[in-house]
Amino acid sequence: MREITIDHLDDIARGAAILGTGGGGDPYIGRLLASSAVRDHGPVALVPLGEVGDDAVVLPVAMMGAPTVMVEKLPSAEQVGLAARTLATYLGKELTHIACAEAGGVNSLIPVVAAAQLGLPLVDADGMGRAFPELQMVLPTLYGIRATPMSIADEKGNRGVLDTVDNHWAERLARSATIDMGCSAMISNYAMSGAQARESLVPGTLSLCAELGSAVRQARAEHGDPVARVVERLGGRKLFTGKVVDVARRTVTGFARGEAKLSGMDGDAGSEMVLKFQNEHLVAERDGVPQASVPDLICCLDRESGEAVTTEGLRYGQRVTVIAAPADPRWHTPEGIDLAGPRYFGYDIDPVGVPA
Amino acid sequence: MRIGIDVGGTNTDAVLLDGRQVLASIKTSTTEDVTSGIVAAINGLQQQRAFDPAAVQAVMIGTTHFINALVEAHRLAPTAAVRLSLPAGASLPPMVDWPQRLVDAVSGRSYLVHGGHEFDGRHIAELDESELRKAAEDMGANGVRSVAITSVFSPVNAEFEARAAEIIAAQLPDVAISLSHEIGRIGLLERENATVINAALRELAAHIVDGLAASVSGAGITAPLYLSQNDGTLMDVDFARRYPVATFASGPTNSMRGAAVLSGLDTCAVVDVGGTTSDVGVLRQGFPREATTDVSVAGIRTNFRMPDVLSIGIGGGSRVRGGAGDVTVGPDSVGYELTSKALVFGGDTLTATDLAVAAGRAEIGDPSLVAHLDRDLVRAALDRVAADVSDVVERMRTSAEPLPVVAVGGGSVLLPDELADAGKVHRPENYAVANAIGAAIAQIGGEVDRVYAIEPGRREAVVEEAKQEAVDRAIAAGASPASVGIVDFDEVPIPYLPGNATRIRVKAVGDLQLGA
Repeated sequence: MREITIDHLDDIARGAAILGTGGGGDPYIGRLLASSAVRDHGPVALVPLGEVGDDAVVLPVAMMGAPTVMVEKLPSAEQVGLAARTLATYLGKELTHIACAEAGGVNSLIPVVAAAQLGLPLVDADGMGRAFPELQMVLPTLYGIRATPMSIADEKGNRGVLDTVDNHWAERLARSATIDMGCSAMISNYAMSGAQARESLVPGTLSLCAELGSAVRQARAEHGDPVARVVERLGGRKLFTGKVVDVARRTVTGFARGEAKLSGMDGDAGSEMVLKFQNEHLVAERDGVPQASVPDLICCLDRESGEAVTTEGLRYGQRVTVIAAPADPRWHTPEGIDLAGPRYFGYDIDPVGVPA
Repeated sequence: MRIGIDVGGTNTDAVLLDGRQVLASIKTSTTEDVTSGIVAAINGLQQQRAFDPAAVQAVMIGTTHFINALVEAHRLAPTAAVRLSLPAGASLPPMVDWPQRLVDAVSGRSYLVHGGHEFDGRHIAELDESELRKAAEDMGANGVRSVAITSVFSPVNAEFEARAAEIIAAQLPDVAISLSHEIGRIGLLERENATVINAALRELAAHIVDGLAASVSGAGITAPLYLSQNDGTLMDVDFARRYPVATFASGPTNSMRGAAVLSGLDTCAVVDVGGTTSDVGVLRQGFPREATTDVSVAGIRTNFRMPDVLSIGIGGGSRVRGGAGDVTVGPDSVGYELTSKALVFGGDTLTATDLAVAAGRAEIGDPSLVAHLDRDLVRAALDRVAADVSDVVERMRTSAEPLPVVAVGGGSVLLPDELADAGKVHRPENYAVANAIGAAIAQIGGEVDRVYAIEPGRREAVVEEAKQEAVDRAIAAGASPASVGIVDFDEVPIPYLPGNATRIRVKAVGDLQLGA
């Protein structure tokens, strides 16, 4: 895929929801914004990671704030572009490429909006190969690429640049600014050169989202098995098919944490699976034994339609199939595990990987 | 005495009630103009059980007329959407995601104006009154007859919507104005969509409501007329003129409410088996559980309150195909042609109704015409129906708590006396007119749904305030004060927002004050 047109957006959103492993929220507004930006400015050129030149100036863009606010105070395409332009100006560099920080929900589509609005190519890659809940959980962190300077912009035209001593301060100051800006802001951070991007990003993410989305759509149209198509494309495996029998949630410091209990059906009848999540699914246990954990992907899909079920959307009675798929191998290095392994999230287990 | 009437797409059902006792009930055909069908229904009741029209204390009507008008894009008024949001929101103007056919049908025009609030009540921008006046001028010049006003975070603070309405009304005194905070909840596009739909139906609503009132008074009834709403409560005719969208789901809601009264169960799953589909909903404390996700109406995403209903294509008219080993029932149906196509009526099409008759569950038409059916096929097909319905009931449960099942509607003879997971199926008397009974026994409600910034130590006071406001609203809408109680309370902290932002929803409901 070398270009993103309006026709690709539904597939990308559907695929990103799968890679989002339960997080990222409803991409509806992101999809509308992207389709209006592409309608106004034309299709977005998608550049394979390997073709990005050494001296390219690559800026990831994302939304920061409360999804509840974003569905009420709608962001504008200009606001997304402004975040990227502001950071480029601070860096004193001519911006050449837009990038995607995470695959999942609205943030898989915000970069499409920025690229269309600014008339720039989008790098076919992302910073995680999936979604994670915290700002520092990107592979560029493993390569010593700093989150700041980072820019932040609101819909009124206010913008700011934070150049902080560490990522902790970046998160803290950006959070305060976001609240004053009305809790829905666009940010650009992890500015990098083309060489750094080639080294640190996960290649092919947006194409993968589009492929997953179209595989699910087609399998459904052909009355095939959408879940099997996803498993096949991700090189993963089916963990469990069951019915959601209990969901316990609590909000801890702004994150939705919780557990979902599934009672087995079909070949899994008689067994139970517990999914533990913090926005995203973190650990999947079958009858008390972990079957998969972060950093690998644990995706919960509707058993029949193959659509991803978000952790917010989990409800009693849903019939789902849980699948696991391998994360980018760099997440399995000791540094990667420190950053986003089960212990970081408070589960005292070694990571359980999906056998390749 | 009261009369309940449910005007569906095919049938108009009516009941005459004394308290909760059914004195008469009738099914007639819905007519193109709705009103003559109502006249026929009232006459039918009169013939079954003579009554003095002056003794009728209230008439309650549930109608699907407005949602059908939207779906058919029929008789919609030229409408303008005014959004108070700039500098936010310009990338996604009003009606951005609508089917073009419906934008054209409402001659949709959009105006974006400076204004709106932040989540915490600060102004995004001051309301720009001169922009609004200019917009109103343009609306006048373009023949706009109805206006929908939506301001960002108006469910938190509605001051800008109210002020904008004053300004537009001053310039265009004859247009109808609909305000979004009275119609939908947080979620700007969905709330705005619902408001624009409401606005587009205002003229039709005035016309239909006048027609309903005329047909009732034509029958000599002087009692007040009410329409039933999506949530199972009543609205008076003035409210119905202003909020036609509030009737959109009254069909399934009335069936569920009627099922509750007939069965005496106020927390249950209700299966309403019609001619083409089975609708399954859940009652909690006698009221339908609401859908928590956005609801698409005629291809438009909206977020006004609708009951959570799952439908499957199984009904009395469903076509039956295949043999005992591979039988299918529905999803297509012979619909209103059941009485000519079904085998029991001498037709040539095997329908679900034929199965019920063959299995001895119902006496409809001529049972001898289905005596030849293969017993295994009949059993397999009815098992299939039971399994599918049981599956839907199971999906509607939100916990492992057992949930009794009540079956209503003309097609409920298809269901067995026991469902696999759910157990015994309750079949109340008068099940075929549960919808009209649901309309007749509806109560009056008042509601509050708002995001509050709760200061430390103030939670109790804020909750009390919200509850009192809901009660006051119910009384203002016509509930008898002594009967009003809180039936629903929900408090949800909103993540990622500072200041303990909490969305509080309270619903108070009471009996209609009769004959005051």
